[in-house]
Amino acid sequence: MGRPGAVIEVDRNTPPTLFHHGEGVRLERLPLGSRIVYAPDPMEPVAHPERAIRRALGHPLEDDPLRSLLRSGMKLTVAFDDLSLPLPPMAQPDVRQLVLEEVVEMAAEAGVEDVHLVAANSLHRRMTEDEIRHIVGDRIFSTFYPDQLYNHDAEDPEGNILIGRTSHGEEVTLSRRAIESDLVIYVNLTFVPMDGGHKSLATGLGSYRSVRAHHTAETLLNSRSYMHPPDSALHQSCIRQGQLIEDTVRCFHIETSVNNHSFPAVANFMQKRETDWTPADQASFLAIKQLTDLAPPGVKRAVFHSMRAPYGLTSVQAGQVDAVHDSTLDTVRRQMLVEVEGQTDIVTMGIPYVGPYNVNAILNPVLVVCMGLGYLFNLYRGKPVLRQGGVLIMAHPCRYEFDSVQHPSYIDFYDEVLADTRDPVDIEKKYEQCFAEDPWYRQLYRKSNAYHGVHPFYAWYWAAHALQHVGDVIVVGGQRAAVHHLGFKCASTLEDALEMAEQTVGRYPSITHLRLPPLFLADVK
Amino acid sequence: MLALQYHRSIPAYALVRATGGHPSVATSDLSMLDLGDVPEPRPPGPGWMRVRPSVSGICGSDTAAITGHASLYLDPLTSYPFVPGHEIVGQLDDGTRVVVEPALGCRVRGLTPPCRHCAEGRIGLCENVTEGAVAVGLQTGYCASTGGGWGEVLVAHQSQLHAVPDRLPDEAAVLLEPFACCVHAALRGGASQGDVVVVQGAGTIGLLTVAAVRLFTPPRRLVVVAKYPFQREQAKRLGGDLIVGPDEVFQRVRFATQARRLDGLDRPLLLGGADVTFECTGSARGLNDAVRFTRSGGRLVVVGMPGEEKVDWGPIWQRELNVTGAYAYGTEMTGERTFDLAIAAAPDLALDNLTGPLFRLGDYRDAITYALQAGRLNAVKVAFDLRDLRA
Repeated sequence: MGRPGAVIEVDRNTPPTLFHHGEGVRLERLPLGSRIVYAPDPMEPVAHPERAIRRALGHPLEDDPLRSLLRSGMKLTVAFDDLSLPLPPMAQPDVRQLVLEEVVEMAAEAGVEDVHLVAANSLHRRMTEDEIRHIVGDRIFSTFYPDQLYNHDAEDPEGNILIGRTSHGEEVTLSRRAIESDLVIYVNLTFVPMDGGHKSLATGLGSYRSVRAHHTAETLLNSRSYMHPPDSALHQSCIRQGQLIEDTVRCFHIETSVNNHSFPAVANFMQKRETDWTPADQASFLAIKQLTDLAPPGVKRAVFHSMRAPYGLTSVQAGQVDAVHDSTLDTVRRQMLVEVEGQTDIVTMGIPYVGPYNVNAILNPVLVVCMGLGYLFNLYRGKPVLRQGGVLIMAHPCRYEFDSVQHPSYIDFYDEVLADTRDPVDIEKKYEQCFAEDPWYRQLYRKSNAYHGVHPFYAWYWAAHALQHVGDVIVVGGQRAAVHHLGFKCASTLEDALEMAEQTVGRYPSITHLRLPPLFLADVK
Repeated sequence: MLALQYHRSIPAYALVRATGGHPSVATSDLSMLDLGDVPEPRPPGPGWMRVRPSVSGICGSDTAAITGHASLYLDPLTSYPFVPGHEIVGQLDDGTRVVVEPALGCRVRGLTPPCRHCAEGRIGLCENVTEGAVAVGLQTGYCASTGGGWGEVLVAHQSQLHAVPDRLPDEAAVLLEPFACCVHAALRGGASQGDVVVVQGAGTIGLLTVAAVRLFTPPRRLVVVAKYPFQREQAKRLGGDLIVGPDEVFQRVRFATQARRLDGLDRPLLLGGADVTFECTGSARGLNDAVRFTRSGGRLVVVGMPGEEKVDWGPIWQRELNVTGAYAYGTEMTGERTFDLAIAAAPDLALDNLTGPLFRLGDYRDAITYALQAGRLNAVKVAFDLRDLRA
């Protein structure tokens, strides 16, 4: 194990701090006395991943060895997490590939012929051939694609079945293929604590009917935070749904975790604390800064999205879902937790170029909100780093730019819905159904590579808790019209933003900069 | 009397066309337009009266003629030289404030029996525009006999005159003529309460069509395509539900109609789309967009005056669109005169907000240049103020 995460106080010797800024980077000098929270160093990866996987499958937690569950003539469905994690995407081989290869080989040895591999993309977009190939590897891809390796279709009226309602009345649907299988194996990658567990199957192979049970403004407002499942209403709902699924289908869960080695060598400076930068890191920074300052957005995007992260496998466990997930979360927390003493008046953060919903696409303004006020704000346990009524300062270009293939309904959400109201509860009531049932979005989700029509709503609900919590949001370097449309304030420089923030939080505020990615989970005391 | 006159001159027309209708050429001494002392028009028969224009608008059809972009179809339907200006509020010799309904139909021409269209009250479609007591011309402002609004005096038949309510200032009354056109267009569009209607364009005709549709055939959703901030503001004020930019029209109409969008090589198309579209730009782009976002079997009402535009007829054919023109006014199906409907509705619309700046006749070059860029300059109806000539 390398160094644990740290909270550094800015003094005269502190070098300028790295802020991600979409498809760019900037160095900012934080006021003296500000705190900077750094992620722990990457955990030491498992030395022999294949061996660890075999061991997990052979010695599962509270379940029988996988080999004993496989038999000739059975119907086997193997679901796996889609490309929304990890971020940036993992350099090959992806850990899912390693697990899938082991599972498939084991199934073949047992004489199982009816095997389907399904990307559990839920209401996320369909992955392209290349994207699937990247996750599962060439061998599996060439063997199974396309008839036995495909994306889940949550809008296939024949392909999804209502299996019941939970004690709270939440509908639970599941892919027909999974229901009709003798065994469903889920291959997960838990990147942050909200991933995995019962949520995998309940959402991954669910449909709008089941996902809408917990992807609501109210649930998200009651998840403090959804990055800490015990305090997350969203996860409690998923657990209820998952238990119903476990009662209906024989499931076997395989979960993996990776360390936070998020950037390749060329961008190693992003991984490191500024005090640790070597001359080579400084040169890399200058080169990337120069490139991103000068290159047109399309070129920058292509360069950034081609980055692959050299994550290392830190754990793999298999068996019964709860036992498996508890173990996974232990490892994930060990990698991510950073103790932070007390809350702060102002939190600053740089929003990177990629979030879970824009792999190979633009981080559009709605996703900027989702990323900053959704994911990054919620990376806490206990209470947010930002105090109630404090000011969140995010750095991002926040341009009015959308990927029309991946995010068609986001464009309408931005133009139509946000022009009317930004209140998540109001938005849900007035607009969600219309988007969810729009036949064109449905078709683009099913036949193209578009996120489901309802997806921008979820992106916005994701930020509901933060929107309620913060006193103000200021976007540094953002496009003024777009930032205002989102309901936020715009500042040209961090200095200006800090001065503006004082109008809300008063003079001499406490400031904490969340230096991520690499991601961490703030354990706020 | 002082008037601007439009002469039919092939060399001048060729020169103006060659420069793409550049204002500096289209209003120069070498153009078709000429400011000067011209003989006052004489009443061609009984029932004709002198009108002294107070405010006279510059219409898109006027600028099209001046810049050489008007359809040549109109040439044989016009007599030269004529004094332009058909959006007119003025005074009779006895001081009565009037607006002129410029269509020159059978009654005005003293023809009995009237042609079949005039008999139905559809004077804009008169088939006798070459006959009778006045020279060839569809309207006052395109006829050599009557004079027009861009001169000190014109003559009009009493059936063409409508008294202006006191609470309607000249700046609002000058818009009654285009407003009547738009009321007629709205009624021809015949949108119903469940429809999604698109008004394409937000110049004078577009904005007044928005108002007319909102008042006379209110739909479920009224989408307005507006380019400039002032137009967007006015479109909202006059009843548009959703104001969108020209570049986002397919996206927003798709959403409003829950249609499907396909992206073609040149421009997108919607499967589904608007029930009724009012095309108020008269441009090739506007028309080509409209035929692709109006739903199959839907209605496309061409309100803005188009020239010889290149339009892809494929969508019209395949979508079985009902494409219809909406020209002028007359008596509507309800038996009411379009002008009466417009005059009754206008006082509540604060139409004077749309008028300005006003120019003196002597500044016609500036006025026309301004009118050609009205949208960009946050103007809607640029007009001549002739009240000082009366004094």
